[in-house]
Amino acid sequence: MSSSAPTLATPEMIARYETVIGLEVHCQLATSTKIFCNCPIEFGSAPNTNVCPVCLGMPGALPVLSRHAVELAIQASLALNCQVRGASIFARKNYFYPDLPKGYQISQYDRPLSEHGWLDVVADGTPKRIGITRVHMEDDAGKSTHDGYRDSDDYTYVDLNRTGAPLIEIVSEPVMRSSEEAFQYLTEMKQILQYVGVSACDMEKGQLRCDANVSVRPRGQQELGTKAELKNLNSFRFVKQAIDYEVARQVALIESGEKIRQETRLYNVDLGETFAMRSKEQAHDYRYFPEPDLLPLKISDEWLSGVRAAMPELPTAKRKRFVEEFGLSEYDAQVLTQTRAMAEFYETVAGASGNPKLAAGWTSVELMSLLKADGKEIDQSPVPAVRLAELVSLIARGELTGKIAKDVLPKMYKTGDSAQAIVEREGLKAISDTGALEKIADEVIANNPKQVEQYRGGKTSVLAFFVGQLMKATRGQADPPTASEILKRKLG
Amino acid sequence: MDVRNLTISTIREGLAAKRFSATELTQDALSFAAAENPKTNAFLAFSPERALAAAGRVDDKLARGEDPGALAGVPVSVKDVIVTKGLTTTCGSKILETFIPPYDATAVERLEAAGGIILGKANCDEFAMGSSNENSAYGPVRNPVALDRVPGGSSGGPAATVAQGTSVVALGSDTGGSIRQPASFCGVVGVTPTYGRVSRYGLVAFASSLDHIGPFARNVEDAATLLQTIAGRDAMDSTSAFAPVPDYGPAMRKDVKGFRIGLPKEYFAGLANETRDQIEKGIDLLRQSGCETVEISLPHTEYAIACYYIVCTAEASANLARYDGVRYTMRSAQAKTLSEMYKLTRGEGFGAEVKRRIMLGTYVLSAGYYDAYYLKAQRVRALIARDFSRAFEQVDALIAPVSPFPAFRLGEKLDDPLEMYLSDIYTITGSLAGIPCMSVPCGTTGAGLPVGVQILARHFDEPGMFRLAAAFERSGGFQV
Repeated sequence: MSSSAPTLATPEMIARYETVIGLEVHCQLATSTKIFCNCPIEFGSAPNTNVCPVCLGMPGALPVLSRHAVELAIQASLALNCQVRGASIFARKNYFYPDLPKGYQISQYDRPLSEHGWLDVVADGTPKRIGITRVHMEDDAGKSTHDGYRDSDDYTYVDLNRTGAPLIEIVSEPVMRSSEEAFQYLTEMKQILQYVGVSACDMEKGQLRCDANVSVRPRGQQELGTKAELKNLNSFRFVKQAIDYEVARQVALIESGEKIRQETRLYNVDLGETFAMRSKEQAHDYRYFPEPDLLPLKISDEWLSGVRAAMPELPTAKRKRFVEEFGLSEYDAQVLTQTRAMAEFYETVAGASGNPKLAAGWTSVELMSLLKADGKEIDQSPVPAVRLAELVSLIARGELTGKIAKDVLPKMYKTGDSAQAIVEREGLKAISDTGALEKIADEVIANNPKQVEQYRGGKTSVLAFFVGQLMKATRGQADPPTASEILKRKLG
Repeated sequence: MDVRNLTISTIREGLAAKRFSATELTQDALSFAAAENPKTNAFLAFSPERALAAAGRVDDKLARGEDPGALAGVPVSVKDVIVTKGLTTTCGSKILETFIPPYDATAVERLEAAGGIILGKANCDEFAMGSSNENSAYGPVRNPVALDRVPGGSSGGPAATVAQGTSVVALGSDTGGSIRQPASFCGVVGVTPTYGRVSRYGLVAFASSLDHIGPFARNVEDAATLLQTIAGRDAMDSTSAFAPVPDYGPAMRKDVKGFRIGLPKEYFAGLANETRDQIEKGIDLLRQSGCETVEISLPHTEYAIACYYIVCTAEASANLARYDGVRYTMRSAQAKTLSEMYKLTRGEGFGAEVKRRIMLGTYVLSAGYYDAYYLKAQRVRALIARDFSRAFEQVDALIAPVSPFPAFRLGEKLDDPLEMYLSDIYTITGSLAGIPCMSVPCGTTGAGLPVGVQILARHFDEPGMFRLAAAFERSGGFQV
């Protein structure tokens, strides 16, 4: 580990270089059991309780591939526009580590599950298509704990509950040119994987992990620079920070005439620096070879189309449909398709209320601001979609004004009551009886002779004052366009 | 009762006629084996409690008038590379000296479900690597036929228990000849079934794409019965075959008139004279039984040893990585750091042959060498398999020697691994092709050392193989 104070390049120096980034994302598939045995996957179980001879790597035990894991991996591949191979091969990746009980990881090497995909992102306002080299399946290792125990100076504790959790590794082409592109790529990827239901992508539980290969080269140069592999970046923000740091470090080295060493580096969150973990000379030779305990994974056209048919609509397609079918703005469609839960909630409100446009604002703005203030996600909303739909239809039918509805929704949120119940209890129903409104309009006009004079003198903007007065007198229960109509007629 | 001459069918008759109970038989078999074992060191450990409990279940079933199973009351020894729940399974290695598996191999489950009685665990070369059983960390096995000679390997223990009469049948494992070669050295029947015919679940892996579990017996029928019991699809082994297991009985009663036998010319070149004489006598006997013989060629035979030692060591280098001192293995008391734990544990725990193969395997898989060694070996393997498929277009089965020479003296080849590897020259090809093969006794040399003849058949044609073997046995071929 180098401890010498690193010199970083200035923005001017960095501007003369092009950054080249490729990302490797590990994602834990949302199966209830492990990839090669039937042990449950549960976060937070007592150490070494979700284990069996297979995932413990007991002598004589053999792996049996989980069909569900394969199907989720196929769905991820399709969502990332990859071509799924008719036959892929599992391979052993050999290395020693205490939390790797077999002494090898079962992964895929020269014939991965799928290849040649892409992901569209927008970074710094510019759309860009990021190529995906491959998606392959593998089993996860366990967890080593090096400190926190009484005898941690002498021993490492190993928990094998996670061993055998199903993973996919998604490898991008080295085509990202800034940390912002990397950030957007990861954000978009997480959204898609969650959408399809392939993974919960909870980074705190290690369900999504990212390694970044970073190099720089003078602008205009074709040949790639020597790369550093940044490992164990456990938030997208750290990925961005680590890449920025690494670029500045590499440019500074080149500018001072030094060479970049090909090495694996870790990011120290506290210092905001990367540091060398092992160099290429110390790099593992994984000695990949085909896993003889598993047959080639054959995916027939029938299986593939069945899996494809079972996939949910992807965000891009959903956004497009929301614009075309519901007449939403691009912006609203974007917001409402942020998560699958949000989109599903919205579609229920839109359908049940019969007014998709009105439903959009009430979901994405009004309800969301309440949830946000409460620290809740859409799927934890105390106001269910059908209840919100009822509120929206009351507004749409003119039975409730928007202004009053804004007071009703927080009450619904708090009490769990329906909009109808609150409206009836509090007498908030919109006054649609024009006779009653005319009477109140007459009163408002009679009480404000000065403003009547101004209006009749040609200052028609005073109409807003009268509408305001009328709304006040009806405690907001009047429909503003109707009120305005009546007032105009009486004043004119 | 004299347990040495029992067979599965005489036990079945004896139990049915109530001449003895399964418990009595098991008690006798256990005491006989315990008394005889010091001569050969074939058993590493006995399991009297488990055996008597199994015998009790057989007796209970008989008392209730239920079918006690095809192997009811049959004393069995199980090679110590096959895991047995609650019974120490050492694989002949110091590194697993204290390993008590928490589960049974599928073959063991099926054997016991059919009423078989496991007397104990049989000695073998460490992790099934060897051809003489001298690589066991628990001492060599002596050949019961000639105690100064090796029983062959790696399944020397199981072969010796059957030959010695301390078990009636045995479960062994074969990777490159480890059932057939000891069967031939000890004068018993040994069967390597088609790859995928018997589940490998619970067979401690040496070379996964070559490992087989198979039976030893004193006659063809018993070997077939044991195989019948343990064969068939197992959901726990992805490489186990879905093909149904036929009843081997009817095939064994057929004659072999018009049966076409291929004699691969490459297999008769480097034979010891007496071995050749015996095999030729055996072939004559088959001709007299109505078989037609034709000379055929398996042109890629000469590459088999090189190919085998690349594939098997590569797979072994990965399969044996799990013995790292972390969990069920021994752990070096000297180790202070993680790296020392690995190095010292493996250094102290593995024997010389195992280390040699791990190093060879690690080398052939290394970056830059993979294509030249492993990949090329896999291509050669495909060519060897093709040789067999072409041969089986012309003939129904092949006849060949099992080993170029009969049992050698202990220590004779210990210092020359290459010479030792040549013991398997005629058995390795069948293993690489994944076809069923077996060794049946074919008389003895002048000095009384057994010679075995090998029968090789098409994938899943165990019925054809047993048909020929049974006919050979009936014709007196065992005693030629």
